[in-house]
Amino acid sequence: MMANLLARLGLAFVGLVMLAPASQAIEIQRVISPGGIEAWLVEDYAVPIVAVNFAFSGGTSQDPADRPGLANMLSGLLDEGAGDLDSKAFQAKLSDLSIGLSFDAGRDDFFGTLKTLAENKDEAFSMLALSLQKPRFDAEPIERIRAQIQVSINEAKKDPDSVASATIRATAYPGHPYAQPPEGTVESIAAISAEDLKNYRERIFARDNLKVAVVGAIDAKSVGAMLDQVFGPLPAKGKLTDIPDTVPKGGTAEVDMPNPQTVITFGGPGPRRDAPDFMAAFVANHILGGGTFSSRLYEEVRERRGLAYSVGTMMLPFRHSAAISGNTATRADRADETVELIKSEMARMAKDGPTDEELAKAKSFLTGSYALRFDSSSKIARQLLGIQLDDLGIDYINKRNDMVDAVTLDEVKQASQKYFTDGTSLIVRVGPQEKS
Amino acid sequence: MASILQSNLAALKRGPAALFIAVTIGMAVPAYAAEKTATPAQAETSQLPRIAPDASTFKLANGMEVVVIPDHRAPIVTHMVWYKIGAADDPAGKSGIAHFLEHLMFKGTKNHPAGEFSAKVSEVGGVENAFTTADSTAYFQTVAKEQLGMVMGFEADRMEGLQLTDAVVLPERDVILEERRMRTDNNPAAQLSEAMNAALFQNHPYGIPIIGWEHEMAGLTREDAVAQYERYYTPNNAILVVAGDVTADEVKKLAEDTYGKLPRRSEPAARKRPLEPQPLTERSLVLRDQRVSQPSWNQIYLAPSYVSGKPGEAEALDILADVIGSGATSRLYRSLVVEQAIASGAGAYYSGDGLDYGRLGFYATPRGDVPLDKLSAAVDAVLADVREHGITAEELALAKKRTRASTIYSQDSQSSLARIFGSAMVAGQSLSDVQDWARRIDAVTLSDVSQVAAKYLDKRRSVTGTLLPAPADGRS
Repeated sequence: MMANLLARLGLAFVGLVMLAPASQAIEIQRVISPGGIEAWLVEDYAVPIVAVNFAFSGGTSQDPADRPGLANMLSGLLDEGAGDLDSKAFQAKLSDLSIGLSFDAGRDDFFGTLKTLAENKDEAFSMLALSLQKPRFDAEPIERIRAQIQVSINEAKKDPDSVASATIRATAYPGHPYAQPPEGTVESIAAISAEDLKNYRERIFARDNLKVAVVGAIDAKSVGAMLDQVFGPLPAKGKLTDIPDTVPKGGTAEVDMPNPQTVITFGGPGPRRDAPDFMAAFVANHILGGGTFSSRLYEEVRERRGLAYSVGTMMLPFRHSAAISGNTATRADRADETVELIKSEMARMAKDGPTDEELAKAKSFLTGSYALRFDSSSKIARQLLGIQLDDLGIDYINKRNDMVDAVTLDEVKQASQKYFTDGTSLIVRVGPQEKS
Repeated sequence: MASILQSNLAALKRGPAALFIAVTIGMAVPAYAAEKTATPAQAETSQLPRIAPDASTFKLANGMEVVVIPDHRAPIVTHMVWYKIGAADDPAGKSGIAHFLEHLMFKGTKNHPAGEFSAKVSEVGGVENAFTTADSTAYFQTVAKEQLGMVMGFEADRMEGLQLTDAVVLPERDVILEERRMRTDNNPAAQLSEAMNAALFQNHPYGIPIIGWEHEMAGLTREDAVAQYERYYTPNNAILVVAGDVTADEVKKLAEDTYGKLPRRSEPAARKRPLEPQPLTERSLVLRDQRVSQPSWNQIYLAPSYVSGKPGEAEALDILADVIGSGATSRLYRSLVVEQAIASGAGAYYSGDGLDYGRLGFYATPRGDVPLDKLSAAVDAVLADVREHGITAEELALAKKRTRASTIYSQDSQSSLARIFGSAMVAGQSLSDVQDWARRIDAVTLSDVSQVAAKYLDKRRSVTGTLLPAPADGRS
């Protein structure tokens, strides 16, 4: 039950694919279809399955200002009937062939994932093509998915972690699309029409806007044919709204919630993924709050004082803003003490940086563990897609560990000073207001 | 099966997460043999995939069981040690001690001070963790294959050399109390789930939460932990599972050099927990809480597990739960969510990996302001239909087909394979029981499903829980 720390951290913002290197040889092929569509492929026949992961730039930040939640609602409706298949027929076919098809609206990207047995791949590709090209948006599934999302929004209203996320988002990004609730509001969801869904799909699902990764029992030629079948008929160019770049604002907020524990979320500006000091900051973050059982925050907050079960920080390099954010949850009457402790650890890191030994250990872990991100088809596909989205280059897997190793103590100290001096400029507390 | 279909295929769509599955780690899920794809006709029967066909098992001289699951796709290994001691074995009044000891196992030994093992795992880029279920406690690391001997050495060392002082025990007790607050007390749905388990099991310790009752956790001591450790942490009470880029011979040699050197430290008796009386009362619980913004409805039935049931019963229950409530094509989803449009989500699950009992569960969340008794009546109607008429031949065939697919998908992850074998074998299943899961599912008949439906979908075996909002100042 000592659950993975990251599982808990992940709720603060949209999930992030931080890439890392593999020590084993993974051969990535760049496949260009006859129609000119690119995908990265790792061919592997050990398990007779095929995974296709893809993304269109866009995501929830492309929701119209008066329609927050549109991309998320679309992600729930693409597998609810397409072409000649109504919802029931579409779902039955997916189920009978054990095809896993799902969509997910991230903050910056709209993701799709297809997983199929190799023996059913032709049918699976046809289903995927239908879902992207000819979703029906029939009234029954629209009303059903609308109701499901409204239930989910209702549940989140009194969930302390969700409330903390929403509050820190609104505090950090006032007036910016990143402040919008990704799932929308009960009111905005009520207003979304089939026309809105169609418009979003037509704006975002385009070939110039697309990254694709394929892993499994399939060759390059078949991948090329799949690309043209699935993505070929989409428009050549997307029509994305410009999103302004921004820096998270500081601020504090407290939300009253009658729980035994206070949830604490904190953060401040971080480096963009393409910033020259990204890797130094990444290493610094690992030392301060990134390691599972090894970070300074883990040691001070949990091991020494027993203040919390989970505490940590993570990098959040969104496309139009970047943050470093962390969270924990502690007995309400020790929340003040915990906040002060986190602040002082942050300040100590900003002032002195890590020791030589801490740096060496961090590098050793970060380089050694990169291979673990590549131990299943689904994980490899996620990595290949993430590397493309972050524009790191097809040889990144082979260079990444060298980039970690090249980080110097001075660089980590500078990054620590730069990012952790204001590392708690944002603090949100969700818990009982009357402290005992 | 239900569990793999749900997790891998996201078949639940936007339904609420099943509340009770999280208590344990997930049930037998198969991997597959690298057989050539057969023609469809053959595939239905003779070509049923076996999970990890190359897996093997042997015993060390001191009684420790070893399972090796080769997977040579990446040069890494997952190493797990499973102890046959879980929360359902906690002494009366000491609930939570199995889980507390799990945390304390990271506090150092006479050979290696606190943190050294974790630091070493981290230094080589490994990841590690541990967990406690009602029937087991398990520790695991995933590392580069060259490091297997290193983690085996440390893990064997802490099987006999743990050293605990109050200086580390007391802050860790605060940690598990925070863990309880985070998982349970901050969440009314989790509190209801805990109460439903307590009501479902009138005599068996499965009714006591794995993490413990708060007031008992607060009283756990260093002495309690040491007593638990001395009694149950011995090689003859453990199963070693290694999955990944290794052979059985390599593992055997390393195991003999590490675990093989440990003496048997005690002789834990076979686990005999107090059993349930014949259930006579349909039970119903209501939790009203101002922190609830969305009502929901749940029902659990006392059922047998793979180990405790008669042959074929658990397999039939897996099929039954799949047909009734797994995914968007299931009976519950079609009826309540799509056709009647009274629920926003609905589903079913069967968890059958326990030593003594399993659970068959159903859940639904209302759409709009539909009252919960309407949902409850609609679920009743679906269950009554299955009780009276069974499932159809087509439903059975499709469920078997999905089972075959799920066995193939499951082989994509060595760490989940290690968990599948470990959790099944720690409860007493054999290696071949797990490997042949798809075959056993394939043997289920329509009559088998009707029989378990008639026998176990009996309201007297059930607990129903409803979660409702309450006014901010009300204690109704």
